[in-house]
Order: sequence, then structure tokens, then C-alpha cells
Amino acid sequence: MTGSASRLARPLETAAAWLLGLLWILPLAYAVWTAIHPAAYVAHFAPGAPLTAANFVKAWNAAPFARYFLNTVLLVTMILAAQLVLSTLAAYAFARFPFRGSTIAFLLALLQLMVMPDVLIVENYATMSRLGILDSILAIGLPYMASAFGIFLLRQTFKSVPRELDEAARVEGAGPIAVLLKVYVPLAKPVYIAFALVSVSYHWNNFLWPLVVTNSVTTRPLTVGLQVFASVDQGVDWSIITAATLMTSAPLLLAFLLFQRQFVQSFMRAGIR
Amino acid sequence: MRRFEPQIQGWLLLLPAAVLLVAFTHYPAVATVWHSFFSTARGGRAAQFIGLDNYRDMMDDPVFWQALRNNAVFALGTIPVSIALALLMALWVNGRILGRGMLRLAFFTPTVLPMIAVANIWLFFYTPGYGLIDQLGSLFGLPEHNWLGNRDTVLGCLIVVTVWKEAGFFMIFYLAALQQISPVLGEAAAVEGAGRWYFFRRVTFPLLMPTTLFVLVNAVINSFRLVDHVVAMTKGGPDNASALLLYYIYDVGFRFWDTGYAAALTVVLLVILAVLALGQFLILERRVHYQ
Amino acid sequence: MRILKTLGAAGCGAALLVASAVSARAVELSFYYPVAVGGPITKIIDSMVADFEKADPGITIKAIYSGTYQETITKALTALKSGEPPHVAVILSTDMFTLIDEDAILPFDELATGPEGKKWLNAFYPAFMANSRTGGKTWGIPFQRSTVVQYWNKEAFKEAGLDPEKPPKTWDEMVAFGKKLTKRDANGHVTQWGLQIPTSGFPYWLFQALATENGAILMNEAGTEVHFDDPKVIGALQFLVDLSKKDGIMPAGITEWGTTPEDFFQRKIAMMWTTTGNLTNVKAKAPFPFGVAQLPAHARPGSPTGGGNFYIFKKTTPEQRQAALKFVEFMTSPERAAEWGIKTGYVAVRPDAWETPAMKEYVASFPAAAVARDQLASAVAEFSTHENQRVTKALNDGLQAALTGTKTPAQAMKDAQREADRILRPYRH
Repeated sequence: MTGSASRLARPLETAAAWLLGLLWILPLAYAVWTAIHPAAYVAHFAPGAPLTAANFVKAWNAAPFARYFLNTVLLVTMILAAQLVLSTLAAYAFARFPFRGSTIAFLLALLQLMVMPDVLIVENYATMSRLGILDSILAIGLPYMASAFGIFLLRQTFKSVPRELDEAARVEGAGPIAVLLKVYVPLAKPVYIAFALVSVSYHWNNFLWPLVVTNSVTTRPLTVGLQVFASVDQGVDWSIITAATLMTSAPLLLAFLLFQRQFVQSFMRAGIR
Repeated sequence: MRRFEPQIQGWLLLLPAAVLLVAFTHYPAVATVWHSFFSTARGGRAAQFIGLDNYRDMMDDPVFWQALRNNAVFALGTIPVSIALALLMALWVNGRILGRGMLRLAFFTPTVLPMIAVANIWLFFYTPGYGLIDQLGSLFGLPEHNWLGNRDTVLGCLIVVTVWKEAGFFMIFYLAALQQISPVLGEAAAVEGAGRWYFFRRVTFPLLMPTTLFVLVNAVINSFRLVDHVVAMTKGGPDNASALLLYYIYDVGFRFWDTGYAAALTVVLLVILAVLALGQFLILERRVHYQ
Repeated sequence: MRILKTLGAAGCGAALLVASAVSARAVELSFYYPVAVGGPITKIIDSMVADFEKADPGITIKAIYSGTYQETITKALTALKSGEPPHVAVILSTDMFTLIDEDAILPFDELATGPEGKKWLNAFYPAFMANSRTGGKTWGIPFQRSTVVQYWNKEAFKEAGLDPEKPPKTWDEMVAFGKKLTKRDANGHVTQWGLQIPTSGFPYWLFQALATENGAILMNEAGTEVHFDDPKVIGALQFLVDLSKKDGIMPAGITEWGTTPEDFFQRKIAMMWTTTGNLTNVKAKAPFPFGVAQLPAHARPGSPTGGGNFYIFKKTTPEQRQAALKFVEFMTSPERAAEWGIKTGYVAVRPDAWETPAMKEYVASFPAAAVARDQLASAVAEFSTHENQRVTKALNDGLQAALTGTKTPAQAMKDAQREADRILRPYRH
């Protein structure tokens, strides 16, 4: 009985999975349709509709997207670099240096997992104002540079490194930093990759805080630029907006398509589960 | 002397991260509480200590209560559904299903796109009359519906977008966890004649518990942290029917420039997050004993 | 950080010395401007700015596109709080009180002195100046100003058996026409609505037209009193609600401002109310012949003015102020005002702009362009008070509550009145 039921259940399940998959890809498919067809076909899905690249050209010329791209790349790189260095040092401290107050310090650090900078926009804005760095890429990145998530992940990983490796290196006369670089960092590579992927996609897509702190073309990341571009008080031009939307998400999308397998694997190896 | 070395080294290693964490997480959290007792400085007038006045105003502020209610509905609407879907997706693409790679891709893609960008696409979906949803509906003879312009549907629309965006992300965590469950377990169960549902309920799901907790924490935080779609799609309207707490804080803090009141609102958000954190910590604690 | 800043400041100082040695009066101005209507407005602004820089090489303008009006005022205030406000900005005329309360802007009377200056300040349409002056001072100079007008699809009129050249002139006509224009399919589902008055974003603006036509005035000149619970205001809201509820000629719920023109192009609606600033966009995109007319009257004709004024910020050096004044004078000169009006559809802000050859030619070829100007005769100042953002939100929330059916119009306006009174109390001395 179970046999015949499951023989029937399998194709049904596959169909359901495909239906959900189709549903999930539909918005993107629609965006592509609108972006590559003239505006007349926005709400009109004729199979033989003429193709055009004009929407992309128009969108690209309508706003300084090149500059927004540069800003986002700078932002994401800056945050990631800082996060990697700071989290590594802090995680190393928590994992291998039994200093006084380390437990409390660790718990305090973990607080950031719940109370993220995204929530504290009002006070952090005041802080940036006092530092005199409002409307700068540094100001967007600063609150995120110390990452509790990164510290937490790396601490787990560093703790699982066998003590013997550590001690062997020390016997050879390596100092704490040299041990960190020679022993711990190489062993944590998958964790670094997984963390980097999460961090990059998070900050590439982050919106509210950059919206609050930036003011000008030279600092706005893509997300804010796209919003400024799309929120014309009047006439929404769907074909141009979808073209801009695709443009802004293309690099991340491409990167994901290329590294899909590594992405999942590094997640597994990182033990994020 | 050597005894103190690890002490000093430990603190030195921690220092850079600690400074930033304190400056942008702990200090602002404390400062928010402090500033919530002050009026907002405006023009020539300086901020004054006004005790609990901001909180009293908040109690009388219908928009605040509305935003709080909305946020509760939004959280309850997004969290269970996106987690359940994520698990389902992970089970599917972990098994031997036809077109596994394609499915994985389809499920995960929304995650990579910026919320602000997908909000623009969904905005068109919801357009009454010729938007995609109404076009599909008209095939079945349904009348047009003003999805975002109606108090009853607007929050649901935001929930759908959020679930669509988040499920794929959570799927990855489940997928990573599933792949570490030994296939031997499944084979043994099959030999024993256990049904798939039974196996899932008794073996897979309990084994996935830590992942579920991790995902849950993420989902909860996101439901209070993410307001990009509100900014892009509804601006909290109509009549605050889609205002979430953080969006209201943004409105009060950066449109009305009433930073004192915004601080009081932020305190409420912090308290909510703290209570949730504590709750999850306790659950986690029990889990650990159970294991 | 501090060291970096000091170094930076020193560097800038040195650079400044060098720069001032090269050119004695190089002034740089930052200029925020919003784009509220479709079309390549940023390009038009850029070219006008370039023309100005050519005409006055001593001044360079850093033009910054800052999003919608809403985002522009937010950004300008943000920048103000951070100590670096723009030097000049185009911001909604209704934000005047907010900018004054924040001590952000300068009155133009202090800059444009002498008989020349006086003459310039009086060169603009009085209807636009109503939103630019308070307490005997001129705080803003009209730039991208508009009124609400109605657009109608002539083809749809013909199909419905209406005279395609005759738009509704009264509320009653509008409802009657709307009923004829509303088309339903076999299932009784509407395929074309008679009318759409968008109600998202800033519903108060279009609503103010209805309230004005019903003989109500929403606020006092000092921006400290509002009259939301006036029976005439409630009556206007009842009429708006009834357009969809009773008459069935307008989509129910909140209709989107941003997609209203698209709805019009898609023939989903036969008549729409929107800004005259949309004229050029509609002209370019409507796939059918369309007309533009003044709004229908009830107790009286009327529409609020709308749109943005130039403001000069207080945190400027005397040189920057003079340069900013020059820039504003240039941008609002008759020729430029005419050019701006032709390219966008905004109302050229001064009578003499309509006498320029370019404008005369344009109006001759496209008479619809003069509709909004003619409507100025019956136009009123756009709704604006102290704490404008907040009071406006109270009104918007009330309107949307009535439109979505959670409150009756009377209840909604009473609640809005109470909220507005609470907010405005500190400003009534």
C-alpha cells in the first residue's frame, strides 16, 4: 500500500516543487520581460514582442549608476575587510586567551546579533554627526565593521582547531599573531568564504541606514540610488525601472550563478546550520 | 609576569572590535534610553528633561499602537510560513528530484536581490487592473483589486513579498544541515518499513532542531529590522495600515525630526528584541539539557 | 579621526589659499533639487546650470538630484543637522514654515535690496507668492510650480457618446460624465473607470482642490490653525468617498499617484486629476488624443498651487549668498521660466515669461499649456502649516481612513483636527 501511494506521491511532489519554483522565479522573469521589451508591452505579454536594449541605456543614462556601483563596491569591500580582520582578532582572543572577563565580553558582543545597528539609526546618526562624517561611505560602514556574527562563527572554528597544532607552532618560536596566521586562519577558510558571502550580499542590499546617512551622489550606494531613481513622484515608467533594477542586482546575481555550488558547500563546511 | 601576558594579549586582540561594538551597539542602546527622557531640540530651543512625557505621548499615539499591531501581524505572518517553506524547499532539493539544480536556483535567487529592487517589481504585480496578479485573476473572471490601496490586503501583500524573499535564504541553512545527516539513517528506516513522513517527524526534524532555532532567530530579527519594502511600496499607508515599528521610527526621527520621541519608540523596539532574545535563550538552554 | 580631520582641514585651507590666489571670486554653491515629474528633468536642470556657469564663470554649481520632494526636504534637514546644508535648494513651497522653524533659510528681502530687487520680488504671480511669504517677508522664489488640472481621454469621451471637446465644468457634470465613461464587462467587472483622483502619497493636495471648490479654506495664513472639521471640508471628503462608494465611477481604496498617468495611458481611467507638471510627459506618451482643463467647480472654481520654491540657506557666506541670489535670478528669468515651463509642463512662474517669443509660439501650437496659468486666477495657497510634515500626515491619515472605509468622513476629519490641534498648540501665542 505504501508503495503505490508513494508511486503516486512522487510525481505529485515533483509537480508541486516545480510549481513553487516557477512561482518563485516569476517576478524575476517578469522583470526581464519588461526590461527587454518596449514600454507598450509592459502589461501585454505577446510572444512575438520586439526586443530592445533601450530601457537599459535609458536607465543607465538617467542616473549616475556607474558612480553608485563604485560606491557600493567600495562600501562592501571596506566593510568586509574590516570585518575579517576585527572578527579574526576578537575570535582568536575569545577562543584561545583565557583573559579575565572574557565570558561577559563575549556575551556582550553577542548582543549585537539581536540589537543590530539597523535598529539604532537615530543614535548612530547623532554619533556620525558628532564625528563629522555624515554623508560618507565610511559612515555607512562603520557600525557594521565589528560583526558579532563573524566573531561567533570564527570563535567556534578556532576552538575546534587541535591544541597540538597551536603548541607545535609555538615551540618553533612563533608569536601569537604568527600562530594565528599560520595555523588558525588557513584552517578556517570555508568559514571565511561563507561569512564573506553573507556579508557581501547583506551590505550590497542594505538600504535604510545608507538612506539615512547619505546625501549625495558620491556616497549613495546602489540601493539608495535605485530608490531615489524609482520614486519619481509622478509617472512610473516600469520598463526603465525594471531595467535599472536588474542592472543593480546583476553582479550579485551573476556571482551567485557562478559560485552556487561553492556557496552551499562553504555553508556546510562552516557549520552554519 | 608571564601569567599576565595572555590577559593583556587577549584584551589587545579584542580591543579594535570591542571599541566599535561599544561605540555603535552598546553606547547607542544606552543613549537611546537616556535621550528618550528629553524633548527634542528645535531651532533655538535646547533639549529639556521631560521625564516620561515621551512615553505618555506614545501611549496616546494611535499610530504607535497601529504600528505595533502591524508588526506583530507581520512577524506572525512571515516567520512560520517562511520557515516551513524553507524546510520544504530544502527537503525537495536535497532529494533526488527532477531538475534539482534549477529548483535550487529558483528558490534561492530572490535572496540575492536587494529588497528595494524586488519591491519595485512587486509594486507592478500589485497594480490594480493591469498588474500581473489582476491580469492572472481576470483569466478566472476575478474583478480587479486594489491590493496595496486597501487596508485589509496591504499588510498581507508585504508579508508575501517578505516570505518570497526570505524562504530561499533559510533554505540554504536547512540544506547545509540536511546534507550532514547520514543517508544511512534513511536507508535503515526504509528497511524497517518506516514511512517518509514518520521518518521526517521522528528523525529528520529533531536533527534539524538547532538549524530551526538559528533560522527562527534570524526570522524574528528580520521581522523587526527590515522595512525596505515599506519604504519602497507603501510608505506605511493607507492610513498607517502597513506601518511597521522601525518604519515609524524612521518617520518620526528623520521626517519629523522629533528625535526625543523617536528615541522613546526605539526603546520599545529594543525591549521587544530583548524579550525575544531572552525567550530564545531559554528555549535554547532547554534544548541543550534535552540533548 | 580628529587628527585626520585637522589634516584634512589644513589641506583644504592650503588648497583654498591657492585657489583664491588663482581666481579672486570662485564661489561654489551646492544645489539640491527634486524631480517630481517624469521625463529627463535632471538633464534639463544640468543644461540650465551649465548655461548659468557659462554666463557667470566665477560661480560653480554643484547640482545634486535629491529624489522626490519628500526626500529632498528630509535630505536638506538631515544635511542641516549635520552642519552642511545645501546653499540653495528647490523644496516644496509648503515646507516654508518648517524651514523657518528650523532657522534654516534667509528671507530674500535681505538679499534682493533696492528698487531692482523689489521689482524682481514682485515679478511673480501673486497666487504663487501666497505660499512664499509670511510675516511680511519673502522666504521662497517660485520655480517649479503647478496646479491640479484634469486630463481626459477624447477617444473614451467619443465612445461614451460625449462631446470629446467638452470636459466637465461642475461636480455634477463630472459625476454624470463619469457614469457614462465607466465601462463594465459581461461579469459586471469594471474595465474602464470614469475618473481617478489619486490618493496615495499626498492625498491632501488633490483633496484641497475639492475642499476649495466646496468653499472651504483649510488653514490660516500664519500656519497655526487648521479647519479640518469644517462641515464644508467634511462635505468635500464625503463627495470624494462617494465617487467610488455611491457613484461607482472611481476605483475604491487608495489609488497610486505614481501609476495614475500609466493607468490613463492604459485606458484604465478616462479622466484623471494630476499636476500640470505632468503635461509634457502625458503629451509624449498618451496613445490617444487627450484634453487638459481647469478643474470642475462646485461652490466656486479652485485648485491649490503646488510645487517647489527656491530657498537660500542661512549657513552661507555673504559671497555665497550673492552668488545664490544671482543663480536664482537666472533660473527664474522670463526666458528661463519659459524654457522650463515648455520642457516640463510646469507653470512659468511670472507673467512676462508668457510674453517671450518661445512661449507664445508654444502656446499657439499647444493651447493646453495655458490651462494651468489661467487657473491661477482661482488658485489658493497650498496647505501648509508649522510642523507641516506632521500636520499633513494627520490630514492624509484621516483622508485615507475615510477612503478605505475605516472611519466616516466626519469622524476622520474630527480626529485629524484633534491631532493637528495637538501638534500646533505650541505655535499659537
